[in-house]
Amino acid sequence: MKLRFRFAKQGKIRWTSHRDLARMWERAFRRTQMPLAYSAGFSPRPKVSFGLALSTGHESVAEYLDVELDPERVVGLDIASLPDRLTAALPGGVDVMAGAVIDEAAGSLQHEVTSCRYELVAAGAGIDELRELATGALAADALVVTRHRKGQAVTDDIRPAILSLAVVEEVDGGVLITAEVATQPRGLRPAELLAALSADLVEVRVRRTHQWISCADGAREEPIPLRRDVHDAPPAPELERVS
Amino acid sequence: MESLWPRIEPLLARVQKPARYIGCEEGARVAQHAPWKVAWLLLYPDSYEIGLPNQGLQILYELLNERDDAVAERAYAPWVDMERQLRAEGIPLFSVDSHRPAGEFDLLAFNLSAELVYTNLLNCIDLAGVPVRAGERSPTDPLVVAGGHCTYNPEPLADFVDAFVIGDGEQVVAEITEVVGDWKRGGRTPGSRERVLRALAAVPGVYVPSMYDVDYDGERLVGVRPRYPDVPARVEKRTIADLAAWPYPKRQLVPLTEVVHDRLNVEIFRGCTRGCRFCQAGMITRPVRERPAAQVRQMISDGLARTGYDEVALTSLSSADYSGIDEVVRGVVNDPSCSAQVGVSLPSLRVDAYTVGLAAEIAKVRRTGLTFAPEGGTWRIRQVISKLIREEDLYGAVDSAFSQGWQRIKLYFLIGLPTEADEDTLGIAELARNCVAIGRKHTNRVTVSASVGGFVPKPHTPFQWFGQNSEAELRRKVNLLKDETRRDRGVQLKWHDPKATLVEGIASRGDRRIGAVIEDVWRGGGVFQEWSEFFRLELWQDAMARHGLSIDWYVHRDRTEDEVLPWDHISAGLHKDFLWGDWQDALAQSGVEDCRWTPCYDCGACTGYGIEHRVASAVPPAGGSQGTGQDLASGGFVPVALLGARP
Repeated sequence: MKLRFRFAKQGKIRWTSHRDLARMWERAFRRTQMPLAYSAGFSPRPKVSFGLALSTGHESVAEYLDVELDPERVVGLDIASLPDRLTAALPGGVDVMAGAVIDEAAGSLQHEVTSCRYELVAAGAGIDELRELATGALAADALVVTRHRKGQAVTDDIRPAILSLAVVEEVDGGVLITAEVATQPRGLRPAELLAALSADLVEVRVRRTHQWISCADGAREEPIPLRRDVHDAPPAPELERVS
Repeated sequence: MESLWPRIEPLLARVQKPARYIGCEEGARVAQHAPWKVAWLLLYPDSYEIGLPNQGLQILYELLNERDDAVAERAYAPWVDMERQLRAEGIPLFSVDSHRPAGEFDLLAFNLSAELVYTNLLNCIDLAGVPVRAGERSPTDPLVVAGGHCTYNPEPLADFVDAFVIGDGEQVVAEITEVVGDWKRGGRTPGSRERVLRALAAVPGVYVPSMYDVDYDGERLVGVRPRYPDVPARVEKRTIADLAAWPYPKRQLVPLTEVVHDRLNVEIFRGCTRGCRFCQAGMITRPVRERPAAQVRQMISDGLARTGYDEVALTSLSSADYSGIDEVVRGVVNDPSCSAQVGVSLPSLRVDAYTVGLAAEIAKVRRTGLTFAPEGGTWRIRQVISKLIREEDLYGAVDSAFSQGWQRIKLYFLIGLPTEADEDTLGIAELARNCVAIGRKHTNRVTVSASVGGFVPKPHTPFQWFGQNSEAELRRKVNLLKDETRRDRGVQLKWHDPKATLVEGIASRGDRRIGAVIEDVWRGGGVFQEWSEFFRLELWQDAMARHGLSIDWYVHRDRTEDEVLPWDHISAGLHKDFLWGDWQDALAQSGVEDCRWTPCYDCGACTGYGIEHRVASAVPPAGGSQGTGQDLASGGFVPVALLGARP
């Protein structure tokens, strides 16, 4: 049986890395005695697969992971209670928002997810200047940038990866921008998007709000949709608040 | 007190591993500060990854937070990139729990486990906004205190630390809290700092260096003497008699990011009576105090359930010597509630086939590497250091390991030991080669790595009188071994930098005059000296020269029996004549058996404090062990049958 969980990573804990997060989940699975399926071989590993990595320092209310359960031990498992039990076993700031049984044949999150949406706060330019920059970028046929991947400089046109871009309002620390960017064939990072707009921009805060899977009919869906809009979803503490 | 978090957070995007600075570990307490509570900041003066797992600090963190009159938070040395950011922004050192400024705590309490962190201690005090020299602090500044094994020679740090704690910290932190609480409630008025220090000097186990005068006659130390009649002439270490009364940590911290020893740690006993003469830990932590097996099992099952770890380390100075070891290991390995996925590690393995059998039971699936520490390359030198591992036991252990599926053996050795001849040094290569030969009988994929460290004589050991080998001599010995092992496939030689060994030697047996050297090195930018990328020998050499101090005199010189040693006013309970006698036995190549199961040598540790060894078993482990209950005449006999064909 395969389960998919949607979770949030918010507050101080966003300064942990993707690898750190994987270890937190492994410990939480053991604490909740989840009947995970293990790989065969000399060092059995639990069958857990994480979706898109979230950069260290970014928040998210739309992270996902898939786990495979051991069919022999799954009997009697109360799946509905799992999100709450896992949240209790995870460190504060990592909250499991939803869980769903998925098709055994479902593709991996890394391959399925086609785009994601960010809210980012940028400093270094006023709101009017940013609006002009955004309009210019959207009107351009190509935005060629040089960025680094695995230690190598790569020159790419990132314009096709910008699916939407909006300059919303002035907020504490800068200007709020929302952007939906493609994750295939190569993801576009928020910092790269800002750099493409202007070298003066500084990334102040970033939050991933959605991941999307494109469907054959042109529509799109979330790996696990939430019943409520994500903006109402708990918990969303202010970034600077101290516990 | 204000949280610095809003000012710290913007810096986190600019530094490596920002999770070092956020706190939030599972098991961390929400600090409840109050004007009537004594606020302790427990500091580990090294990086977060090294400091977080420290069990001593975690034990005190829990004990203090359980008290109504105290609150404790933690801090670690910020990495160099973070330090640059903090200094540029004018932000002081902070606690990771609630991100309060370090200078607002009542006590900055350092854990000192290694000499090379001394400059980091100064750096942390300075980053806290506190004068580094104790004499320049005012009543508004925190008290700077320190504990840990290095405080058995506190003199090199005497100018910077207000009070040292000698020995086990569990009980004495309560007594210090009471004294400091009186001071705090009294308003920390002008002139009160001297009074609180004087009161602390009266607490057993606490050494306040400013209450003592030091006299020299030229280079020679004449004595360290109390300035007041109510200050003790000798400070005796603190020892908790019964480990069962202290089942801590109960809530071991689970870090969110990668650290060393990232697993559940359960201390199964404290103290060691093997009597290895180079080992300071074994000398100063006597007597042996075992934790009852039932409590160990409880701590393991509670700890695994709470933390979600899949590995537990049973910690002590020689874990296979624990009298209930079989029972505990089987209990964990076979306990269904621990699940099949839990691993057990014994960080310090004894060298014999029995121990390998135990290791095999633990590592049912993964058999990656096994580590032994014979320390000396020949039976002769092992008698000198009283690490009585017979050749037969060593090769038997190695044979047993390879026959049960291990392919990699790691061996630890010391070079620069007393009476060491080149034959002993080269014996390391011979021994490693023989281990490869034994392994080849079982498998073709054999690796034996030999790690070689330069020996640093430590205070309160029989070798405290020994002149350390020079850097050149250690380098020559490393080169001997490099030449000797160059052609050996299967033997990997690793060695510690003899330059770092030299500096450890300066700090290990230094007196109060070394303080100026430590300060100079710190002012010259020498922090994180235990990290090879930051270590700079020339800073230490220049500072020694600037202060007219001779490295030869401090490091390489044999001491005489009548010499006053800089730590003579600090007592680990060991009689100086016992240590001297043991030193003479060492020179006569005579080792001693473990006193847990043989008559007392009257070292002083038990009798002086009225504490007995607390062990569950009155007899040594089956088949004798490491020289105890064994025929020592056969110690040097190499069982040729085991070796097989030479590689």
